Amino acid sequence: MPVVETPVTLTPSDAGTSYAAMTDAEVHRIRNDFPILGSEVNGKPLVYLDSGATSQNPVSVLEAEQEFYEQRNAAVHRGAHTLAVDATDAYEDARTAVARFIGARTDELVWTSNATEGINLVAYAMSNAAAGRGGEAARRFAVGPGDSIVVTEMEHHANLIPWQELAARTGAELSFIPVDDDGALRLEDAASVITGSTRIVAFSHASNVLGTINPVRELVQLAQAVGALTLLDACQSVPHLPVDVKALDVDFLVFSGHKMLGPTGIGALYGRAELLNAMPPFLTGGSMITTVTMQGAEYLPSPNRFEAGTQRISQAVALGAAANYLTETGMQRIEEWETVLGARLVEGLTAIDGIRVLGPAAGLPRIGLAAFDVDGVHAHDVGQFLDDKGIAVRVGHHCAQPLHRRLGLTATTRASTYLYTTTDEVDTFLRAVAGVRPFFGAH
Amino acid sequence: MNTGLEQLYQQIILDHSKARHGSPLAEYDGEGRVGESHQLNPVCGDEITLRAAVAGGSVAAVTWDGAGCAISMASASVLTDLVQGLPRDEVISLVDSFREVMRSRGRIEADEEVLGDAAAFSGVSRYPARVKCAMLAWVALEESLLAANG
Repeated sequence: MPVVETPVTLTPSDAGTSYAAMTDAEVHRIRNDFPILGSEVNGKPLVYLDSGATSQNPVSVLEAEQEFYEQRNAAVHRGAHTLAVDATDAYEDARTAVARFIGARTDELVWTSNATEGINLVAYAMSNAAAGRGGEAARRFAVGPGDSIVVTEMEHHANLIPWQELAARTGAELSFIPVDDDGALRLEDAASVITGSTRIVAFSHASNVLGTINPVRELVQLAQAVGALTLLDACQSVPHLPVDVKALDVDFLVFSGHKMLGPTGIGALYGRAELLNAMPPFLTGGSMITTVTMQGAEYLPSPNRFEAGTQRISQAVALGAAANYLTETGMQRIEEWETVLGARLVEGLTAIDGIRVLGPAAGLPRIGLAAFDVDGVHAHDVGQFLDDKGIAVRVGHHCAQPLHRRLGLTATTRASTYLYTTTDEVDTFLRAVAGVRPFFGAH
Repeated sequence: MNTGLEQLYQQIILDHSKARHGSPLAEYDGEGRVGESHQLNPVCGDEITLRAAVAGGSVAAVTWDGAGCAISMASASVLTDLVQGLPRDEVISLVDSFREVMRSRGRIEADEEVLGDAAAFSGVSRYPARVKCAMLAWVALEESLLAANG
């Protein structure tokens, strides 16, 4: 198996900061915090290479949720009893922890069910603005005929379909920044897609299929130059590398808790405070209002404006614990570790006959994720073969049908790593993949 | 003793996944009526378009175009061999028998006397995520026969 000597660093490390890089020995200690990683599948030790779909949970996250229910459970932001105050504190402390984790202010972090809901929240707020809701202050969110909504050809369905629907509801046009045959964003074409009529540019930070990191700075500059809003789908970046929303200078950013060691059912939307406070709400009801009459209502500022009804309190608390776990390990260190693993994946896969890896070639920057096609064997069969050996990977279109079609494929196999993935696991996976084509008689 | 994987991917399945009897889809210009069905599994993208001709109460021809995993393609190929020339009613009950085995989670072993080579798919029923792969062509055939009747 190839040995990677030096990690490719995707972002400049903090000058003057010195710390020890992660090692397999440390990863083995980390794994002790994750009960599920000790399990067996089909009589073999589980090799979990599907963290890009959902990550596993450390004991501290599981305990945070249990502890909340055992000691602090109450409705938040209502009631004056002690438990209600404790529950509200836990809920808001978690918000502060997660906001800090991405460099946001506490009031700029809105809880959502997941990234999908975060994107829908913005898309529906924009069509509510188009319908005149939110008055003059919300005019900048309104889209209609003659306006364009820009996404890229590599988006996850979550960052595509809400915009298709917004375009259909409002008469705006949906435009695409193209990708080349290798799946890289054609930045040179972006300037002709992002024009004076563009109202919002929504794109992924890291691709869940290609593993590429997109040029956020360049795209944000193009959007800002024409006065368009920006929304970053950070599902595959926030869990895996240091993300600072202020440095990225995006208007909105979404991510999901379950991909960053947290529970399912919780995610977040970051938005610049002045935008969130001017934006009409999406879901409406209790807890998001100031004054209500039979005829109408006034709304609270962000983040409560966007958190109607009883919230995902225990999940938020657990996500706060997940953010703390990641911070203690160090996001820069995690990024570097996964860069090593990603490079090992790609180099190993590329060396196997009949394998086509999607996205950047070996030696180019990528996150710890590699999707690939096996010549003559369908992805579903590849996944079944690997599952028999205890190896969990994702197969299919990874919620990116248009991108697969663009690359001439219908389904691929994807291996994705996390801070608890060992180099041995990557090597076990690579050895197994080498056996796929012989088993199925592909030649 | 065979591993689980070899139980699932029996040689006959691997062979049929490459041989693909009945593929590609062909025009039918004989006597009788023709029905067609397109089936898609949105989970994995497996897809099949199957055309069945019924003449004198029997299945006169089955052809198909498909893209998908070894299980789904082999299943279509085996089914094509199995039902050609059989009375339509018998084919309908074969589909029912196959479905019953597939849904059994490994509890029902297919009767080779009845299902022939399709009995090789018994192992699929232990993998709930793959049952749809095996069923795809059979559902397409069932719908084609209904369409040919209409």
